[in-house]
Amino acid sequence: MKKTWIIIKREYLSRVKKKSFIVLTILGPLLLAALMIVPYFIAQSTEGVKVIDVVDETGIFYENLGSNKNIQFRYLDVDIATASNQYDEDISYALLYIPKPTYSMPVYGELLYKNKQPGMTVTTYIQERMRYILENKILHDQFNIDKKDLDAAKTNVELVQKDIKTGEKSAPVLTSIVGYVGGLLIYMFIFLFGNMVMRGVLEEKTNRIVEVIVSSVKPFQLMMGKIIGIAMVGLTQFLLWIILTFTIISIFQVTVTGKDMLKQGKQTEFVMDKNVVIPDNTAVQSPTDNSELAGVLSSMQGYDFVAILLLFLFFFLFGYLMYAALFAAIGSAVDAEQDTQQFMAPITIPLLFAFVMGVYIINDPQGPLAFWLSIIPLTSPVVMMIRLPFGVPPLELYLSMFLLILGFISTTWLAGKIYRTGILMYGKKVNYRELWKWLKY
Amino acid sequence: MNILSTKDVTKRYAAHTALNRVSIEVPEQSIFGLLGPNGAGKTSLIRIINMITAPDEGEVFLNGERLRSSHQEIVGYLPEERGLYKKMQVGEQAVYLAQLKGVSKKEAVKRLKEWFDRFEIGGWWNRKVEELSKGMQQKIQFVVTVIHEPRLLIFDEPFSGFDPINTNIIKEEILRLRQEGATIIFSTHNMESVEELCDNITLINKSNNILSGKVRDIRGAYKSNTWEISLHGLKEDLSTLISKDYSIKEQKQDHDLLRAVIKLNGHNNPNPLIQSLMPHAEIHSLHEIMPTMNDIFISCVNNDTALRMDAPKNL
Repeated sequence: MKKTWIIIKREYLSRVKKKSFIVLTILGPLLLAALMIVPYFIAQSTEGVKVIDVVDETGIFYENLGSNKNIQFRYLDVDIATASNQYDEDISYALLYIPKPTYSMPVYGELLYKNKQPGMTVTTYIQERMRYILENKILHDQFNIDKKDLDAAKTNVELVQKDIKTGEKSAPVLTSIVGYVGGLLIYMFIFLFGNMVMRGVLEEKTNRIVEVIVSSVKPFQLMMGKIIGIAMVGLTQFLLWIILTFTIISIFQVTVTGKDMLKQGKQTEFVMDKNVVIPDNTAVQSPTDNSELAGVLSSMQGYDFVAILLLFLFFFLFGYLMYAALFAAIGSAVDAEQDTQQFMAPITIPLLFAFVMGVYIINDPQGPLAFWLSIIPLTSPVVMMIRLPFGVPPLELYLSMFLLILGFISTTWLAGKIYRTGILMYGKKVNYRELWKWLKY
Repeated sequence: MNILSTKDVTKRYAAHTALNRVSIEVPEQSIFGLLGPNGAGKTSLIRIINMITAPDEGEVFLNGERLRSSHQEIVGYLPEERGLYKKMQVGEQAVYLAQLKGVSKKEAVKRLKEWFDRFEIGGWWNRKVEELSKGMQQKIQFVVTVIHEPRLLIFDEPFSGFDPINTNIIKEEILRLRQEGATIIFSTHNMESVEELCDNITLINKSNNILSGKVRDIRGAYKSNTWEISLHGLKEDLSTLISKDYSIKEQKQDHDLLRAVIKLNGHNNPNPLIQSLMPHAEIHSLHEIMPTMNDIFISCVNNDTALRMDAPKNL
C-alpha cells in the first residue's frame, strides 16, 4: 500500500508540473467564461445607436417599425436612387428599401449597406417587425380585425416546468444544454485521461524501466498507482477549472457590469437567448429579460447545483476508473502507439454511441433508451450526466452508480491480468485470441 | 550458507519450456556466474528470483526462507534491457526508485549523493535522463540498482554496452560490494570476466542446468595437462629432446624465443620436461595452460546439444 502511494505521488506530480497541464488549466476556464461573457458584449453594442434609413414604397411601415434604444429608423421621403446616393455610412448603419409590391412579387425588404454587413440583431429585429406589421395589416384589411383587438387576442402561452414537490421552476432548453455539456465533458475527460494512462504504460514498456519497477513492486500496484495518480490529475484540473471560471465571472460581474449576471433580476438589455443557438428553435422575440438563464442557474445555485456537481464527480471518477483500466491493458499489450488502434474499438464505440444518442435522450429523458443507457456501465457515465438535469428517480440513480462500481471492479481485475503478462511481452503481434490466453495464465 | 537456492524450478510458456527442473545453489558472499547460450533460460530464471514472474513448479529459497514479496527489498536487479524515465530528472528518479525498494526518502538522498560523488556524476542531479549520454545513463542505472544496499545483486549482462573504462569500474564495484558482504550473480557472455571474477558458475542450456560448481574445480576437471614453455638458444629439434610420451601441440619462433605447447601424458608434473630441456637451452617461462571458460562453455554446450539430438533417435 505504501509503495502504491509512492507511485501515485510520482504519477501525479510528474504530470501536474508539465507545461501542458498549466496551459490547459488556464485555457479551459477562459473558454468557458468567454462562452458566457461574449454574448453579453455582442448585445451591448459599443457603437451606440444604429440609424436605419427607410425608403418605404408601400407606405405600410411608415413610422411603424419601432425605434428603440439601439435602433433608430429614419423615414426618408425621397426615392431609392436619391437615398442611395445620399447614403452616408458614417451616419447610417444601413438602408432599408421596401419596394412597391407587384402581383408576382409580394412585400419584401432589401437591407442595403456599405462595407459593413449588418449584424444578426438588427436583421432579425427588422424582419420580425416587418412580419408583425404585415400580418396585422392583412388580418385587419381582409378580416376586419382591429389591431388593438388583435393585440389583446394575441397571447403568449408560457409553458413553465415545475417540480411537483418543491414547486421550483426549470427551463427545459438550457437544462438540455447543461446536461449535454456535462455529458460532453465526461466523454472528453475519459478519453483525455484514459489516453494518458495508456501512453504512460506504453512509455514504461518501450524504455524498459517497467522491469526494474516490477522487481520492486507488484505489477498490479504499478497499474493502480498510475491509474489513481492520473485520476487525481483529472480531478485537480476540473477543480481548478471550476474555481477559475467562477473567479473570472465574478470579477467580470463586479468590474464591468456592476450587475449580477447570474441572479434573476431587473431587465437588462441582455439578449443572450436571442443570439445563442437553441436546439428547439424557440421563437425569437424582442429583447427581453434574461430570466431563462437566470432561472436555470439560480435553481442550480441551490441544492440542485451542488448535487449535480457531486454526481458529475462520481460519474467522472468511476467512469474514468473503469475505462482507464482498459486503457492500461491495451497499453501493456502492444509495443508501439500505432498498434493500439486495433484494440481501441471496444472503448471508443460505447462512448461514441452514448454521446450520439444524447440528442434522443434529451427529447425523452425518461424513456427506455435513456433508462438502459444510463444503467449499463459502459455508457452510463455519459448518459446519466445528460439525464441528470431533467431529474432521475433515485432508485435508477443508485442502480446506475452501483453497476458502475461493479463495472470498474471487473475491468480492473481483467486489466490486471492482461497488464501483468503484457508488460514483459515484446515483439509478439498480439490479437484478441492472445489476450484471452493471457487471462488464463 | 547459501543465500539463494532453487529446487527443480520449472517454467513453461505456451510454445516451449523455458526452465526444466533447474536447481542452483549460490553461496553467501560469492560471485556467481550464470552462463548459457541465448534463449537458454537465464533471464527467465532471473525474473523468477526477482519475483517478476512465478515458477510453474519448484521452489526458490532466499536466506533460507521461501521467496516472498518482502525479499524484493534485499535484492537488487540490473536488467539486460536497461531503461529509465527519459523526461524525469536524474536525482528525483533515483530517489523514486530507491523508495520503491523500501529506502526512506531522506536516506535515499543521502546515499545517492555519496554514490554520485564517488562516480563523479554529482552535477547531473537536476538534469533530465534524456540529456545524458548512454554511458552516463548506465552509471545512473547501476547506482539505482545498488542504492538500497541489497544482500543479493543480480546483474543481467552487466558489461554489454559499457566501454572498457566503465566495464572496469563495474568490475571493481562488484569486487568491492562482495567485500562489503553482498552476493553477486551475473549472467554474461564475456567469459574473461567469468574467469576474473566468479567463484562459482552454473551453465544453462536449453532450459537445463548442465554444469555447476566452483570455477577452479571445473577448470581443473577440464584441463589437459598442457604446458607452455618458452626457450632461448635451443639449437636442436625439440621433439628429439623430450619424452616420447609427450606431444608437441605447436611450436613457433617468437623473435629469439621458441614457444612450444606441450601436452604431458599420464601425469601433470613438468619437472621431467624441465630436466630434459635445461642442458640445451635457457628456460624463460613455463606455465600450465588452463582451459578457458570459453572453451569449456563451447564444448559443454555442444556436447549437451548433441546428446539431446541423439536421444529422440532411440525410438
